[in-house]
Amino acid sequence: MNDICFLTLSELMAAMDKGDVTSAEAVEAYLGRISKVDPELNSYVTVDADGARKAAIEADQRRANGEKAPLLGAPLAIKDLMATSGLRTACGSKILENFVPPYDSFAVAKLKEAGAVILGKTNMDEFAMGSSNETSYFGPVKNPWNMEKIPGGSSGGSAAAVAADLCAAALGSDTGGSIRQPASLCGIVGLKPTYGRVSRFGLVAFASSLDQIGPMTKDIRDAALLTGIISGHDPMDSTCAEEPVGDYLSGLDKGVEGMTVGVPDEYFIEGMDPEVESKVRAAIEILGSKGAIIKRISLPHTKYAVPTYYVIAPAEASSNLARYDGVRYGYRDMDADGLFPMYLSTRNKGFGSEVKRRIMLGTYALSAGYYDAYYLKAQKARTLIKRDFQKAFENVSVIVAPTAPAPAFGLGEKINDPLKMYLSDIFTISANLAGIPGVSVPCGLTKKGEPIGLQILGSYFQEASTLRAARTLEKEIGFSDEKPRIGIQTG
Amino acid sequence: MATLARLRLTQEEEAMFGGQLSQILDFIGALNELDTASVEPMSHALDITNVYRDDAENVKFPADFWRANAPSQDFGHLRVPKIIEG
Repeated sequence: MNDICFLTLSELMAAMDKGDVTSAEAVEAYLGRISKVDPELNSYVTVDADGARKAAIEADQRRANGEKAPLLGAPLAIKDLMATSGLRTACGSKILENFVPPYDSFAVAKLKEAGAVILGKTNMDEFAMGSSNETSYFGPVKNPWNMEKIPGGSSGGSAAAVAADLCAAALGSDTGGSIRQPASLCGIVGLKPTYGRVSRFGLVAFASSLDQIGPMTKDIRDAALLTGIISGHDPMDSTCAEEPVGDYLSGLDKGVEGMTVGVPDEYFIEGMDPEVESKVRAAIEILGSKGAIIKRISLPHTKYAVPTYYVIAPAEASSNLARYDGVRYGYRDMDADGLFPMYLSTRNKGFGSEVKRRIMLGTYALSAGYYDAYYLKAQKARTLIKRDFQKAFENVSVIVAPTAPAPAFGLGEKINDPLKMYLSDIFTISANLAGIPGVSVPCGLTKKGEPIGLQILGSYFQEASTLRAARTLEKEIGFSDEKPRIGIQTG
Repeated sequence: MATLARLRLTQEEEAMFGGQLSQILDFIGALNELDTASVEPMSHALDITNVYRDDAENVKFPADFWRANAPSQDFGHLRVPKIIEG
């Protein structure tokens, strides 16, 4: 039954179309594998076995009736910050531990409309704040390639579940690298679409001007397939773009002949892992050998991205998370006496350290007397970072850079040093500040067998060319044949 | 600052956050190297402003939503701790 689990989403859909496998069989295979592998990996927070079985039987009946839908019967996993109707959405936090939303988020509704079956909700850093998945109230996720290492974050549960073949594909969200960084560290594909490409309706808000939902998949084709399905205008999210949804699939294999590829000096810095640098450089050479024009470029404000982000994201978070007050839903400290003390102790007991740290930082940056020095200054720095990209995209179609400065680090290694943790997103944050799309694609393994990823960044709404360049590398590098050993020996 | 953020930190947390936050603020101080006198601030990535929609009910909350999610309730109302002193 493991064989079914190892298929890509597109392969599984083809097998279902041919009648080789049913959705019910696929769901059973995944549930079996989850119960074997996940107690140790901890990639799922909630497994909806009953709901998935029911949805699979329904999908099989619809298929038997001749119905067609692009994801009919596809078993997928959803990061636990997208609302799922009737299914707990805890966002990695004690404060939402028992929260059951009454509606589906836009992205989940789109998947269900396309026939998908939701296997469950994946673990994540609390409120998506973290780069290692260690801030989750539900315990850390491990990296399927090395159980002593972190899977990356904040979409570490989705990344680990895809890498360990515990779902056909998953959704994640990316505020400062939370799709691309874990994808890179777990050896899978992860796409952060252009800001506004996918509706944020029903996504638990962290930093609303940066958050974006995207696919985390076993290959580029699956990422293209899911992006096409979850994209589109939604009046319920006023920052959702009215831009028509592109055809991300048909041009995938057209190659990079004549495409201009920018390589930014600022993304190859002292202190980065030498194996990461050499694999990324080798991948750039492959693009050159396939007819792309490689061009050195400069994004001079890159070093200001992390400080800019750590003003803007906490500022927005401190405002967004003000709603968790113990009154209407979520956790409340029942022992507190009086309303105001109840707010304070509910929030103190309901939030973990990283969330509190960021609420404090954001409150400070927005407070009277500090607003101009921090928040306004960061908003202006953000404009400079965006302009760097706009200028670069006048001369290049895509930009190639490492996704993370090093392979996965050890569990516990950075959790007590927030600044060190923040710097692990040094290469991914700029794309969120500018709002451009980026896809992380595996480009090899270290000598110790740890995945290395690179990211391809595109201009606004240029997901198609971004995916096409990534697909070229995927084909040439042949990484999709690589698998973590987890759960394979035991059958 | 913690009270402004509606948080009550433990002594342990206060000690830990103090050092960490000043380290982070020092790091953020790098932004002062930038001359931003003539730069417009940016609040989000797209050139969209003032998007309106009808002020109509879009999401139906089922009757049992509050029953399932509210921390304390009675007779169909949310209960909160006492607000008025005395």
